[in-house]
Amino acid sequence: MAKQLIKGNTAVAEAALRAGLEGYFGYPITPQTELLEHLSARMPELGRPFVQAESELGAINMVYGAACTGKRVMTSSSSPGVSLMMEGLSYIAGTEVPMVLVDVVRGGPGLGNIAPAQGDYNQIVHGGGHGDYHMIVLAPASVQEAVDLTALAFDLAEKYRTITCIMMDGSIGQMMEPAELPPMQPLRTEIPDWAVRGAKNGDKRVLTSINLDPPAQEVMNLRLMKRWQEIEANEVRYKGYFLEDAEYVVVGFGTAGRIALSAVRAAREEGIKIGLLRPITVAPFPIDVLDELTEKVKAFLVVEMNAGQMFEDVRLVVRGRKPVEFFGRMGGVVPFPDEVLTEIHRLVGTPQTTEGSPRDRWLARLAETIG
Amino acid sequence: MTLAEVPTRIVYSRPEVLDKRVTHYCPGCTHGVAHRLVAEVLEEMGEVENAIGVASVGCSVFIYNYFNIDFVEAAHGRAPAMATGIKRLLPDRTVFTYQGDGDLASIGMGEIVGAASRGEKITVIFLNNANYGMTGGQMAPTTLPGQKTTSSPYGKDAARFGKPFRIEDAYSGFDMGYLARGALVGAANINRAKKMIRKAFEKHMDNQGLCYVELLSPCPTNWNLAPLKAKDFLLEEMTKHFPLGEFKGGDAK
Repeated sequence: MAKQLIKGNTAVAEAALRAGLEGYFGYPITPQTELLEHLSARMPELGRPFVQAESELGAINMVYGAACTGKRVMTSSSSPGVSLMMEGLSYIAGTEVPMVLVDVVRGGPGLGNIAPAQGDYNQIVHGGGHGDYHMIVLAPASVQEAVDLTALAFDLAEKYRTITCIMMDGSIGQMMEPAELPPMQPLRTEIPDWAVRGAKNGDKRVLTSINLDPPAQEVMNLRLMKRWQEIEANEVRYKGYFLEDAEYVVVGFGTAGRIALSAVRAAREEGIKIGLLRPITVAPFPIDVLDELTEKVKAFLVVEMNAGQMFEDVRLVVRGRKPVEFFGRMGGVVPFPDEVLTEIHRLVGTPQTTEGSPRDRWLARLAETIG
Repeated sequence: MTLAEVPTRIVYSRPEVLDKRVTHYCPGCTHGVAHRLVAEVLEEMGEVENAIGVASVGCSVFIYNYFNIDFVEAAHGRAPAMATGIKRLLPDRTVFTYQGDGDLASIGMGEIVGAASRGEKITVIFLNNANYGMTGGQMAPTTLPGQKTTSSPYGKDAARFGKPFRIEDAYSGFDMGYLARGALVGAANINRAKKMIRKAFEKHMDNQGLCYVELLSPCPTNWNLAPLKAKDFLLEEMTKHFPLGEFKGGDAK
């Protein structure tokens, strides 16, 4: 199929549809709305359920019910809407039913703004809803990658009976890029054994997240944790750029990773031996490759569009063995490649330390830049 | 004719769809009656194998332990949204929620109004006992003016906490398949309530939109009344604020 110029939100919506999406429930919020709008036209066209819910709370609980039928279902939103969905996400995780969530992240906290940001990392990667659970989190850096990850998101959700979140910042959702869409897949015909359908011959199924008996709840917690270990062992995805001979490595995901790549390329042209590690699954986090790099390189620079959320995960892997510096822009401000290049020059050209607070150093530099 | 020769016929038996187990409900509570009526209606309509229930948070949180049908358990108040998701994906199934007044009329007001305004094709069984039962008897939007609860120890002040939430007012402008209020006290009321439930499920399966039955239920434990006194309170006091009858889709229409 030929490439077409298409907006990220629309592309993900169409990719989901072609991956066999059987039910969509959502609520309008910028910068995600085109996703809902596209499906409001396409789903009825194909005779598939589309509901614009009364709220994100309604939408996620509709998805919860729909997921209990074992069908391929999803919702999408942006940061404040995703906050509202956290209750339902915890219940869905606790009930072990699969679904796909698309979070087109915008500036926050609070109402924030509608510009691209990555401030939902902690909420999405480290929980957000109550209780112990994990979601698989995919972070595309281009419209094409978002399209390619969409079908994978459903496959992973169903394989592990878990939530998969496509966490893309507002720029991926709003940007138009050439992308090739996948061919239309037929809808699945098999119904998973656990799905509710009506109890024929007394063959009753109950889907719930309640376990009043603490030991029984703990058995369920253990099952979730073991499944997560399996996901960590099998589903890590990342992209490495110029890592073979790298003495320094930038770590960034999504749009921040893509901008960092421009800066890394420019630095390479200057002869700086620097590479980029771009996690595609920010959860499960690419621990092993980062651990290997720690042995090889002199220092890391983490670049994000937040105040250093993935930064903490990088530091947990590096464990003080090498300096890890941070550079971020917040509030919907997207960094320019030359800002990152300046940070690279500083990383390479000045002595680095594992002492003190990299965040304090970054905030001091940022204060000089933006007053 | 000896006694042994008198012909016998079964006039009363347990619906097969109800599991043979003791419920966890308090003495004098009528959740059990409501369960039985729903079970009888599903059996009589031949919908047992086609039904999917959505349990809510409250005293009836474990309703699925008593029914031999498929069930899901919703978050507090969200049952109508969950039922929406199921019904949209499985449109030929009988999908119903079973909710209390704290669940539906307070925390879940958004979800029930959303479902009603869309004309979602589900049945809602709404059990109103004028308080939050499971958490130990706090004030609800359905609590009567002056009624003492653990969070309105001086009696509910309607000027500050509102008049009892009434479905006939709340949904007056909505296009619904059925809207009625029955009471689960006294044989005549219980028979009438069963007819309401039957009508709701029939109209729901006839795709007439959201069908909704409120059932007034005594809560002796949290009302601090003996079961018989609680029945009297329901009939004498509760029905002043919550008149029984059909408000939409009834015979009178």
